[in-house]
Amino acid sequence: MGLELSKIYAVWLREVKRYTNSKSRMIGSLGQPLLFLVALGGGLSAIIPGFNYQAFILPGILGMTLLFTSIFAGVSIIWDREFGFLKEMLAAPASRETIVIGRTLGGATTAIIQGILILVVGILITGIPFPPLMNLLSLFAVMVIFSCFLVAVGIAFASLIQEVETFQLVMNLLIMPLFFLSNGLFPIDKMPVWLADISALNPISYAIDALRTLLIGQGQFSLLLDIGVCIGSLIVSLAVASYLFSKTSI
Amino acid sequence: MKSPGAIGAIVADNLVKQFNKFTAVDKISFNVKKGELFGFLGPNGAGKSTTIYMLTTLIEPTSGTASVNGFDIRAHPDKVRESIGIVFQDPTVDTRLTAFDNLDIHGRLYGMNAQQRKERIKEVLELVELTEWKDKMVKTFSGGMRRRLEIARGLLHTPAILFLDEPTLGLDPQTRRHIWSYIEKLKSKGITIMLTTHYLEEADFLCDRVAIVDRGKIKVLDTPKNLKNKIGGHIILVQSREPEKLAAALKKEKCCQVYKIEHGVISFDVKDGSKLLPKIIGVAVKAHIDIENVEMRVPSLEDVFIHYTGTSIREEKGAGGEMMAMRRMHGH
Repeated sequence: MGLELSKIYAVWLREVKRYTNSKSRMIGSLGQPLLFLVALGGGLSAIIPGFNYQAFILPGILGMTLLFTSIFAGVSIIWDREFGFLKEMLAAPASRETIVIGRTLGGATTAIIQGILILVVGILITGIPFPPLMNLLSLFAVMVIFSCFLVAVGIAFASLIQEVETFQLVMNLLIMPLFFLSNGLFPIDKMPVWLADISALNPISYAIDALRTLLIGQGQFSLLLDIGVCIGSLIVSLAVASYLFSKTSI
Repeated sequence: MKSPGAIGAIVADNLVKQFNKFTAVDKISFNVKKGELFGFLGPNGAGKSTTIYMLTTLIEPTSGTASVNGFDIRAHPDKVRESIGIVFQDPTVDTRLTAFDNLDIHGRLYGMNAQQRKERIKEVLELVELTEWKDKMVKTFSGGMRRRLEIARGLLHTPAILFLDEPTLGLDPQTRRHIWSYIEKLKSKGITIMLTTHYLEEADFLCDRVAIVDRGKIKVLDTPKNLKNKIGGHIILVQSREPEKLAAALKKEKCCQVYKIEHGVISFDVKDGSKLLPKIIGVAVKAHIDIENVEMRVPSLEDVFIHYTGTSIREEKGAGGEMMAMRRMHGH
């Protein structure tokens, strides 16, 4: 058991080292969410009087950052396949579950670092009051569960699709719909019915709702439901990712 | 379970691998002794890599089995993995990590503790002369340096058996010599090595025994020396403007057996060339056939290869067939 833990640590370490080795990527990937927050948030805030839209979408932008970074981290297995490192992992005396768990935790770690950076910058930009410690701790827990869930989704996809060319497909068919068909940018009670129905089925909505409750107190579901959906999604996605990854070969 | 020494380091027993309808490996059996440097020589698509993938438990055989370091590849894949080091044909180091981190993470994956990692990383870096590069990002390394790092990594956890899949593929001749000297060093330390190659000189220079593989089958297996002796003492090449006429004259005089005629060159596989060569020339003079050039040499491994497979290894036949079949398999 101790040995498996140290192997999980090895896989985690590799993900985190790769991430910290490329500082430019770290800074560069903050650009898009900040643009959303500043341009879209700032612009729409000016049109909607009496509603701080920028503050409203901050949890959505935080969710988007976690969503993008986590799924990319999981899907990056496709690159490991292409550039060969996957063979090194698959040939090692480590179980497939160990690799999936290590990668999930490693990808989630990088996503959470990105998330914290956006959160700090976002609080400064929107000028919302700094949340109390208890909320910050809960926020962190939600970020961990949410990120692990999404990395696992990425791993599951990467195990199914084996070619780098398909990566753009993941982007267009998975990440974008998951974000835009959620409550990230619009409150569910103000959406057209069809969009509200879809959003209510999207697990991303519950994670963002939890972030919104904890950050600015404007959630629409109960926090318990939000966290329940996140944990449920995590368990299902980890099981599916482990199963699909165990079927993968070099 | 029998002890590894008693049954050989690698024992392959009728290994078969099919990808859809394509048979990449067709009933391959062989036995590698402990401490031996065993070579698989064959063109691209002969099934060399597929055999390595089966022996290293990365793909399952369609039928047949093998034992590696005394452990059955089907029944105890984890034990096999702990016993072996692998240097793959395609690069598998992480270019966005430093050389040290590549080795460190490998050591952790193979369950080495901090002390073992510290000692072994130092040793293997010295062996492949990368010590001063250890904190550099691998993406800045040349092809030869990356390959050396792969070899260091394959050795880090002191495996009983090392698999080298085309260890010098695509490297320049100087770097190739360099890698050969590392492999010889390892051999002198008693580690069992199985390597695949399509470079004849490599198999000839390094291997204790060579299996010539073609289209998924072992055509012949012996020491390079015995292989060369088996096909006769000398190769004679006679170049003429009228090769068919000369061949006919030789046949008429019952002089010797023509092996083949190609591009105006007649070749012969003979036991004792020094006796035969004057006879061939005598027949040519008698028949008034001009001879432009004559060459006599002892057979090379290339001649052995041509003898057993009917083609030259340099003709790259069916290149990529193996990989394409594997891609198709993944294609769902």
